[in-house]
Amino acid sequence: MIYLELFLTFLKIGAFTFGGGYAMLPLIQQEVTAKGWMELEQLVNFIAVSESTPGPFAINIATYVGSQVAPLGILGSACATLGVVFPSFVIILIVARIYDRFKNSRTVKGVMTGLKPAVVGLIGSAIISIALTVFFPVGLTLAVFKNVQFYVSVGICVVCTVLAFKKVHPIIIICLSAIIGIAAGYLM
Amino acid sequence: MKIKDKLSKVLSLFITFFKIGAFTFGGGYAMIPLIQKEIAENKKWITDDDILEIIAIAESTPGPIAINSATFVGYRVCGFWGSFFATLGVVLPSFIIILIISAVLGQFGNLKPVKYAFNGIRAGVLALLFKALYTMYKKCPKSAVSYIVMAFSFLLTAFIDIPVLYVLIGCAVFGLVSSIVISRRNKV
Repeated sequence: MIYLELFLTFLKIGAFTFGGGYAMLPLIQQEVTAKGWMELEQLVNFIAVSESTPGPFAINIATYVGSQVAPLGILGSACATLGVVFPSFVIILIVARIYDRFKNSRTVKGVMTGLKPAVVGLIGSAIISIALTVFFPVGLTLAVFKNVQFYVSVGICVVCTVLAFKKVHPIIIICLSAIIGIAAGYLM
Repeated sequence: MKIKDKLSKVLSLFITFFKIGAFTFGGGYAMIPLIQKEIAENKKWITDDDILEIIAIAESTPGPIAINSATFVGYRVCGFWGSFFATLGVVLPSFIIILIISAVLGQFGNLKPVKYAFNGIRAGVLALLFKALYTMYKKCPKSAVSYIVMAFSFLLTAFIDIPVLYVLIGCAVFGLVSSIVISRRNKV
């Protein structure tokens, strides 16, 4: 049943993601594309949508995937969102009671020394597969280098990376790349 | 606490976190200044020290930071139902907005200008991810264990299709064992 599958998949994502922002991306990417719920390209599109709308990425993507894959969209969204929220909710309720013991726990600290760098490595590898779909949408072939779109994408990426490191707001970066994308599309 | 007091606190938690959910773009850490202003400064439900605690907890428990902090603050202010309504409040705006967007994207997603725009946007998103990777890298401890874990989790998922979940569990165990070994050696 799709509703149960949505709930369980996002439960897993919610339970095994440590750290904010895109720490969730590697697990989401693997789960959602493996189940055929979303193409990698759609996922990248949705990151942009999520950056331009309020709320955390995890909730946004759970709601979106749920509404896309379930026959009754709103119920699918509710199941997926409930799944992604549930683990944090329960764990924080427990931690709030035993806070002092949790704070000084050597086990928690030890586990975190492994998890923090793991997330960096995982995001690195997620970025590689995303970069491949952005620059080589039809696969790794030499033909890509004859395509103007490739150079446009590289140009946008370089400019936006510089802007992002200069702390320009993500929404401005997304708008700028959308405008360049539209202009390039009509000029070609 | 009288029932009437409790009801008004729970309601006000819901409204406050609804506002926070509706006005934080990008989620996660972007939420912290707003929580600080609304919950600590205006309502005086928690102190600034509590905010630092919340960040520390959110970072070492699974799940999105927005959910972690809503649950934690809610519990501090008003027990279980405080958690419940704070979390519901922070989730609801994203949920509603994304449901609407999901329906709209389905209708306009195939228009030419929208397609062109997303061609550009995907390259821009890649830039945002580079920045996110760099930020997370900077927050990692710079130790041998850290670099080994980073390299392993990257290589295992980028070139061999090992499930992200196993990598996370493996790295957590490795972090725990290595921190025990290091602390033993320091004692001797």
